[in-house]
Amino acid sequence: MSSTSPTNHTSTIGAIGAPSRRNTELALLVFAVAIPVFAYANVGLAINDSVPAGLLAYGLGLGLLAGVAHLVVRKFAPYADPLLLPLAVLLNGLGLVCIWRLDQSKLLQSLPTFVTAAPRQLLYTAMGIALFAVVLAFMKDHRVLQRYTYISMFAALVLLLLPLVPGLGANIYGAKIWIRVPGLGSLQPGEFAKIVLAVFFAGYLMVKRDALALASRRFMGLYLPRGRDLGPILVVWFISILILVFETDLGTSLLFFGMFVIMLYVATERTSWIVFGLLMSAVGAVGVASFEPHVQQRVQAWLDPMKEYTLSQQGVGGHSEQAQQALWAFGSGGTLGSGWGQGHSDLIRFAANSDFILATFGEELGLAGIMAILLLYGLIVERGVRTALAARDPFGKLLAVGLSGAFGLQIFVVAGGVMGLIPLTGMTMPFLAYGGSSVLANWALIGILIRISDTARRPAPAPAANPDAEMTQVVRPS
Amino acid sequence: MSELTLTVMRLGFLAVLWLFVIVAVQVIRSDLFGTRVTQRGSRRDAGRQQQPARQQATPPQQRAQQGGGRQRRNAPTKLVVSEGTLTGTTVALQGQTITLGRAHDSTIVLDDDYASSRHARIYPDRDGQWIVEDLGSTNGTYLDRSRLTTPTPIPLGAPIRIGKTVIELRK
Repeated sequence: MSSTSPTNHTSTIGAIGAPSRRNTELALLVFAVAIPVFAYANVGLAINDSVPAGLLAYGLGLGLLAGVAHLVVRKFAPYADPLLLPLAVLLNGLGLVCIWRLDQSKLLQSLPTFVTAAPRQLLYTAMGIALFAVVLAFMKDHRVLQRYTYISMFAALVLLLLPLVPGLGANIYGAKIWIRVPGLGSLQPGEFAKIVLAVFFAGYLMVKRDALALASRRFMGLYLPRGRDLGPILVVWFISILILVFETDLGTSLLFFGMFVIMLYVATERTSWIVFGLLMSAVGAVGVASFEPHVQQRVQAWLDPMKEYTLSQQGVGGHSEQAQQALWAFGSGGTLGSGWGQGHSDLIRFAANSDFILATFGEELGLAGIMAILLLYGLIVERGVRTALAARDPFGKLLAVGLSGAFGLQIFVVAGGVMGLIPLTGMTMPFLAYGGSSVLANWALIGILIRISDTARRPAPAPAANPDAEMTQVVRPS
Repeated sequence: MSELTLTVMRLGFLAVLWLFVIVAVQVIRSDLFGTRVTQRGSRRDAGRQQQPARQQATPPQQRAQQGGGRQRRNAPTKLVVSEGTLTGTTVALQGQTITLGRAHDSTIVLDDDYASSRHARIYPDRDGQWIVEDLGSTNGTYLDRSRLTTPTPIPLGAPIRIGKTVIELRK
């Protein structure tokens, strides 16, 4: 009847292009800088009864770094995910506050190995953001990495083997995962190997995934791959066992193998790879633990931390009271924590601001704070996987999954180790922990994820006009 | 520093931290992109505050039955394809617009060389009467024997011919 009536029940269905979301990112960044500044003031008030003198400089420093990173994203990756950068900045800022807070501890200051770590960490953060900017500015398209598939493999092997080179490698606290660079201090090449390996696995699996996925027999609900397709996974497994034996580091080994299994599963959609992976890592870990004393000791400390603690207190060499102390720190934090600067996690002594930094968070922020921090990590992983889902090219998909999978695995390995779920490893919490290699490598990782997400969310060119429209035949009146 | 201030700061910090997490999750929620479905008529109806507005508020299924039942006893409930490659296909009439054509997003996709990509549409007017409208097709839409020029109410059981396809409304 009336001309408006047809529209009453009509719905329009239209595609929404992803908006650029840069302003959302900026707002979140301001929030992400404000939270650490609040924490910083809180630590000062709790320990020294006054707002710390460096508050303005510190806030401006972090804000400036975040601002630079934001401008770089705005310029070079305008469609990138709005959450990755603020999440990383927030975690990095919280880590800085926690390191500064541990610097204030009288107990830690009395240790012979004490260095004021916070200014150095700020410097590392600046270097990390610079690396982030370089990645975004010079890597216009993540697919260029595909060209370096096999070079990446060699680079990763070299990086992993460097700590074993005599004169270059350094055995620090039992794990040989550092190298000493004259004039620069020590470096953990494993952190960088994580990224380079993801590039290699993505490039390799993209080419081989059909063979790995399709040529298989079905047996008891599982797709069993052919013998010769087992080759790659066996090689990777063997290398990670070698890492475990020679570098005595469970973390790197687990990360290396776990990342491969995750990417293999994503590339082939075969659950059997996960089953194989779990079986093989169990066999490998148990096998190595049966003869390697350093690994054995870590397992002992995991099974019975209290016994380790007692032995260590009695002065028996080769035992560490840290695992038990970390558990006490979590326990004394309770649900809501003791508040910034009011815990006693400095009793953990050395490595309190690197491997065990999570224990300080657990004590001073409590369960509520730890859950929030783990959620922040979870959100980074979620955004990475979401990027992989949105990516249009298989290499980008696999790379994003590999990087976020490695990131997630590392968090599991470190948090699980500190909380006593799995044996301790020598890895560090990304962004939170003190350490140049870790901060640099993780900023590079976030840079690559942002690059992939920019490509994935960039609006696609408009589709060609509908070809159906011209093919309608005309009825000829006869 | 007094105990109270520190406690307030401690709880305040946790609240702020969680607020960030919640805001981040909200951003993810608003960041889901894909297709957006907008009910075009709803705002206009809400402004009118009359009988149609009440119809809009009820779920579509009830609405179609109400609208038809109140007006006419013989309201059609389904659309049936009686000739052509899609013979036997039925579409329940629930107050929605049905588009016909070769375009992939049509309600009934016609595999017919003589149909246009957006050939015709069938929709209920405000009284629940079903209307067929030709969308400027090449070969036209026929109701009974006459070629449509304007939107026309469809009598129950009258054949609508589009190319080689014939559809009709049934109870």
